[in-house]
Amino acid sequence: MAQVFAATVAHDLLLAWRRRSGLLAGLLFFVVAASLFPLALGPEPQQLRLLAPGILWVAALLASMLSLSGLFATQYADGSLDQLLLAPQPLALLVLAKTCAHWLASSAPLLLLAPLLAQQYGMPAGSALQLAASLLVGTPVLSLLGAVGAALTLGVRGGAVLLCVLVLPLCVPVLVFGADAGAAADAGLGMLPQLSLLGACLALGLFACPLAAAAGLRIALE
Amino acid sequence: MDRVASSWNSPPAPSRRARWLALASARRFDPVAGRLVPLFFAGALACALAALYVGFAVAPADAQQGEVYRIIFIHVPAAWLSMFIYLVMAGYGALALVLHTRLSALMVTALAPTGALFTAIALATGSLWGQPTWGTWWVWDARLTSELLLLFLYLGLLALDGAIEEPRRAERACALLAVVGAVNVPVIWFSVQWWNTLHQGASVSLTAAPSMALAMLAGMLLMALACWLYAIGASLVRLRCLLRERGVLGEAA
Repeated sequence: MAQVFAATVAHDLLLAWRRRSGLLAGLLFFVVAASLFPLALGPEPQQLRLLAPGILWVAALLASMLSLSGLFATQYADGSLDQLLLAPQPLALLVLAKTCAHWLASSAPLLLLAPLLAQQYGMPAGSALQLAASLLVGTPVLSLLGAVGAALTLGVRGGAVLLCVLVLPLCVPVLVFGADAGAAADAGLGMLPQLSLLGACLALGLFACPLAAAAGLRIALE
Repeated sequence: MDRVASSWNSPPAPSRRARWLALASARRFDPVAGRLVPLFFAGALACALAALYVGFAVAPADAQQGEVYRIIFIHVPAAWLSMFIYLVMAGYGALALVLHTRLSALMVTALAPTGALFTAIALATGSLWGQPTWGTWWVWDARLTSELLLLFLYLGLLALDGAIEEPRRAERACALLAVVGAVNVPVIWFSVQWWNTLHQGASVSLTAAPSMALAMLAGMLLMALACWLYAIGASLVRLRCLLRERGVLGEAA
């Protein structure tokens, strides 16, 4: 079971690596989106520092939405997704593996960039790292919820936009807790309560989302 | 083998329970629903008229808010139903996924527009009430925001239903989405208690004595009943349309 899990993660990561331009485009989107806010809101350092955690969280959320529609799409197109459904291993486990790979390929690089962008907004290094920690706990939930949406909208006309419409409302609790954690860290209050809530979301998501996404895939391929 | 043989020889008389379960078949349910719809709409109209009479003529003006408060007669029932309909949809969705029943899957799709309507009414009346009372049309308060998200959930479900071509897949996908989205409903319900924000707490609870005049409570409950009956009637009408559109009733219909 663990072998299949690792093999699926490795396979998806290899595929992502072969199509590096897609990964770079997601990262570039994150940087560009986060850099647009100071241009629109005005460059006052005090205000920017106050807004930084929220802006970076929204930018990370949107950037992770970008690549979600491709989560099952290529395997659906070439027919190998049917093989996953026939595999003796539970489908939810394979979905979890694919979601892990998606997170590693698209959201993990954002974690490295986020502290740099936080510097751009005038956050000190300590709070920038804490913001990255909140992203570390929160972004996997976004990938997990996104997997459910990706399964539901598989092969649907205009699926990528629909995916965002379906998933973004469900992501709001994570966004609220995550941005609040970053803000609390920057204000010098600990961010343990928000981090615990994010952890609770992650635990619930790890349990429920692969099951729901697997059910969605079965419906899509029925 | 024995049971098959015996039931072949003498079909068991349908028990009360079996007759009730027969309504899960679309062909049986459709004519029953057709007869019930006018009753629900008539009841809704009667309750709404009674509620309007109690609300505008009998109930006294509020001690603090004056006449403005009267909007709760529609605001509170709409907000109740907006959340409750989502839970009902999730229940039907779970039923459809577990038992593979087509009728309950269609019920999810049939309920969604009514749910979206009540959510929109709750938001609109809330902002009409907020302008004179709080001095603002909209605040990013926990309950308002989560109710707005509920509207997005309803609209997302309707969009999903519209986007998928095969009816079977659309129904089951919507059922799954309704179940997944149901986690948000407790968040909306408890948001007033968890985050102590601008929106006032619940005025009516099952455990405590009502904190409002009896006439106000009666007007609100009558309107809630009217909204209930309307919601049931409207979703049954929509269900019968869906049954015909998607050919569930077959050639005979």
